[in-house]
Amino acid sequence: MRKVYTRLSKITKATVSLFAQDVSYEELASVDGRLAQVIRIAGDEVTLQVFAGTEGIAANARVLFLGHPPRLKISDELVGRYFNAYGDPIDGKPPVAGEYVELGGPTINPVHRSQPSEWIATGIAGIDLNNTLVTGQKIPFFADPGEPYNQVMAMVAMKAQSDKIVLGGIGLSHDDYLYYKTVFENAGAEHRTVVFLNTTEDPPVERLLIPDLCLSVAEYFALQKNEKVLVLLTDMALYAEALAIVASKMEQIPAKDSMPGSLYSDLARIYERAVQLPSGGSITIIAVTTIHDGDITHAIPDNTGYITEGQLFLRRDTSVGKVIVDPFRSLSRLKQIVIGKKTREDHPQLMNALVRFYADAADAKTKLENGFELTHYDRRALDFAREYSRELLAIDVDLDMQKILTIGWQLVAKYFEKEETGIRQDILDKYWPEK
Amino acid sequence: MMLANKHDTARGHIQAILGSLVNIEFEGPARQNEICFIQHEGKSLMAEVIRITGNIAQAQVFDSTRGLRTKTPVVFSGQLLEVTLGPGLLSRKYDGLQNDLEKLPGLFLERGSYAPPLDEDCQYSFIPLSHKDALVCAGDWLGEVQEGWIQHKIMVPFSLQGQYRVAFLAPEGKLRLKDTVAILQDETGREHTATMVQRWPVKKPLLGYRQKIRPDTILTTGVRAIDTLNPLPEGGTGFIPGPFGCGKTVLQQAISKNAKVDLVVLVACGERANEVVEIFKTFPELPDPHTGRKLIERTTIICNTSNMPVAARDASVYMGMAIAEYYRAMGLKVLLLADSTSRWAQALREISNRLEELPGPDAFPVDLTAVISAFYARAGKVILRNGQTGSVTFLGTVSPAGGNFKEPVTEGTRKAARCFYALSQRRSDSKRYPAIEPLESYSKYLEYPEFRQNLEGIMGEGWLDLVEAAKDLLRQSGEAREQIAILGDDSVPLEYHEIFWKGELIDFAILQQDAFDRIDANTPLARQAYMLRLVMGICRRRFYFPHFEDTAAFFKKLIHLFKQMNYAEFGSANFHDYENQIHAFVAEKSS
Ligand SMILES: Nc1ncnc2c1ncn2[C@@H]1O[C@H](COP(=O)(O)OP(=O)(O)OP(=O)(O)O)[C@@H](O)[C@H]1O
Ligand SMILES: [Mg+2]
Repeated sequence: MRKVYTRLSKITKATVSLFAQDVSYEELASVDGRLAQVIRIAGDEVTLQVFAGTEGIAANARVLFLGHPPRLKISDELVGRYFNAYGDPIDGKPPVAGEYVELGGPTINPVHRSQPSEWIATGIAGIDLNNTLVTGQKIPFFADPGEPYNQVMAMVAMKAQSDKIVLGGIGLSHDDYLYYKTVFENAGAEHRTVVFLNTTEDPPVERLLIPDLCLSVAEYFALQKNEKVLVLLTDMALYAEALAIVASKMEQIPAKDSMPGSLYSDLARIYERAVQLPSGGSITIIAVTTIHDGDITHAIPDNTGYITEGQLFLRRDTSVGKVIVDPFRSLSRLKQIVIGKKTREDHPQLMNALVRFYADAADAKTKLENGFELTHYDRRALDFAREYSRELLAIDVDLDMQKILTIGWQLVAKYFEKEETGIRQDILDKYWPEK
Repeated sequence: MMLANKHDTARGHIQAILGSLVNIEFEGPARQNEICFIQHEGKSLMAEVIRITGNIAQAQVFDSTRGLRTKTPVVFSGQLLEVTLGPGLLSRKYDGLQNDLEKLPGLFLERGSYAPPLDEDCQYSFIPLSHKDALVCAGDWLGEVQEGWIQHKIMVPFSLQGQYRVAFLAPEGKLRLKDTVAILQDETGREHTATMVQRWPVKKPLLGYRQKIRPDTILTTGVRAIDTLNPLPEGGTGFIPGPFGCGKTVLQQAISKNAKVDLVVLVACGERANEVVEIFKTFPELPDPHTGRKLIERTTIICNTSNMPVAARDASVYMGMAIAEYYRAMGLKVLLLADSTSRWAQALREISNRLEELPGPDAFPVDLTAVISAFYARAGKVILRNGQTGSVTFLGTVSPAGGNFKEPVTEGTRKAARCFYALSQRRSDSKRYPAIEPLESYSKYLEYPEFRQNLEGIMGEGWLDLVEAAKDLLRQSGEAREQIAILGDDSVPLEYHEIFWKGELIDFAILQQDAFDRIDANTPLARQAYMLRLVMGICRRRFYFPHFEDTAAFFKKLIHLFKQMNYAEFGSANFHDYENQIHAFVAEKSS
């Protein structure tokens, strides 16, 4: 029989401390029925983070140590199910049978990884053309809270080829949760989805559990079943904020923007579980990190950007009245691996030329706003930019690669001369459309 | 991992745990920076003592601390964090603690598992280079063995101080790593056995040379924005700061492939696993452009990716440096690259915070600048005791928080490194790669007369003036651009447009370089000299266009031709064809 403790020595908003013996680091405990985890041991004094918060916890709360770190029963039965941050079903169906798997376990030896090399077509031209995604990649959407990022992410998830989709809702609004549910149902995708949910109403510290749950499930399918797994995490900014809450209650010295100094490592631990395995199994992570007023220098997007393999920026282009995938700030680091190789050879050069013209248009726009005369070239660039934005960058554009490249060449040829493109001669000779 | 089999080492047990930091109550002679092993469920978890107060040693654990309890026993090793040096380091993939990643069992990096860095059973053909009764000091060459393509010198152990007499030297023949190579007698007659392997505490500079000299010879990186504008010499130091996604890693990887050096030590410090995997997969295939051998034959990789234990990040950069210094002592040119030194600084910060040390700016440890400086100071060009030279060139990336160069790691590194390659968001956003700001960046080595002489010798007379002229033009071009932006295209003299476009020509033809194009990725020095002369020859002409739109059209066409030229093989028919087109086009338009 495990010992029950009934005397807390300290209570903060997120943690409780007590004197206890033979406790192991990171093991779980129950504090008056609330799940908690050991985050500090100092002699006989143990500090626990209480996931549901400490509101109403009494100094004589019953504390029981569970003797194991966070874990989840994992099996094929998880598919089609909805769970909370503790891995308990929230869909009214019975608990899942399976093997216990410890969450947040060791990392894969890098020599046993494969190089990501499989292109993920999404149909969204602003992604496929300029920010081509690859299996095993980790990439977030950086979006202001007002942007329709959940819609875009759901769209990407439905179009991308994958065997399983694991959705981690981290402070997800109930409406957005219902939206995902509907999308999954309508697409008949429920036989390949697993959902872990923490909504805006749930306690913030619980959010810390969601990514590990999702990734352990993803690892099961990718490693044991050699499947291609897509993990969606939304919103990772709220995860980071939950880390900050705990850190501050632990009296850690905050680094930039009141975030813990370990934020980089904490986020990397999650994102680095994206992997391409030699067996063909893979984990691709697409996340959302909300940002405020486009400020990517804030510690959360900043540290994320340093970890992920690029980022996708959504922006409203007022000149065409549509939300577009911003070609300047967006970047897929892994696109090099596939563009021009898995896609047509002219892809990289055409992509670069289009973005350069778009940049010239941005300069021209500044000129215009400052009240200057536009040159003939400026005007061509501006006209081009509007069409490019509408035909290729807008998130509602659904095209296959062949079509995307055709449109790209048509746009270039419509507004510019060969010499203005900077494209390699042999490519120009082969693909330049005759007017 | 070896445990010293001595009785005079400390023992203890865990008393507190916070993240990767443990407090150990100990008895015996525990030392600062001593390695100890936590005995957890049949496994030995390695840790390094970083502070001692009374009978409590605080140690950073190079592994996950999950499951540890108070009273868990800890044994001290009596040794500091050490690197194992000997033949066989080349082409290996190590983690931050020098475990051979290829030899670790299982798909996952299980904690407490270790794999020896060298292959002790491997036989090498030993050739003596010294003789009986010779008087030798640490670092002197006793003999050599063939390691891949290099003559790996077997040196007098670096830990030996003073002079020794060679009492015995193995004759030519096959030896294993731990076989006796020599018996060395010190002044008191005490004998020391030397084998092919030695161990060295990584945080101490490995000396054993006669003197360090000022770097005086260019290290060809193949990157025009570096070699042409702000060259890095052999034995020099440099750093590449830049916001995320601006091209630090791409630039460093390009250099690791194309640099004209004997060996490259790559330290992937707290960055992405996929980037390391790319190196693992491509280096065995890609040729070294200077020798035709495979890149992996000249490369050692130390890999502590961001999801590997944070404390080992600190170890990883030092491992890389010690290995580089070791090969330098063999008279080789070694290039050490670390991506990213900011992750190392962050690891120092995490530990310092857990130790509740008084924080400096942005919560970094107060001695951060000193730590960075001491590290950079280990690079350099040296003259060995036998008169040969060797060098360690160090180039690190820095990942400034928020992309702001006024943060502690960038500022601290600026004081330590003499070359500065600033990557800017502005250039990266407009896809002007490599995004090195030509004017903000610098090479302080250009102040050294001996280095200037070396450059003029290689690049041709008048080279440095030409480079200065190019920089001036870039500066003027920037000013012209601003004037045009403020006053409008037609409110400035036509000449402004010409100056602006001449700067653009230099930018597009010289500075920008496609790291993913087979030919453009690597520009040999001869080609760099040729191209700058060609471009500056055009820039020195005056053109008279009736209208600024004509200026733009002319230079755009010119840029287009130069780009084609950059994609063409140097000296090929294609190359000269574009060159002739350029000359003809320029002749047509200039007065
Ligand atoms: N020389 C180049 N030529 C072409 N593309 C480049 C070049 N340099 C960088 N890029 C582009 O920029 C992307 C990001 O580069 P890189 O990964 O080197 O950035 P980084 O500065 O190392 O970022 P982080 O700090 O996040 O690691 C690359 O994936 C590539 O698309
Ligand atoms: Mg990088």
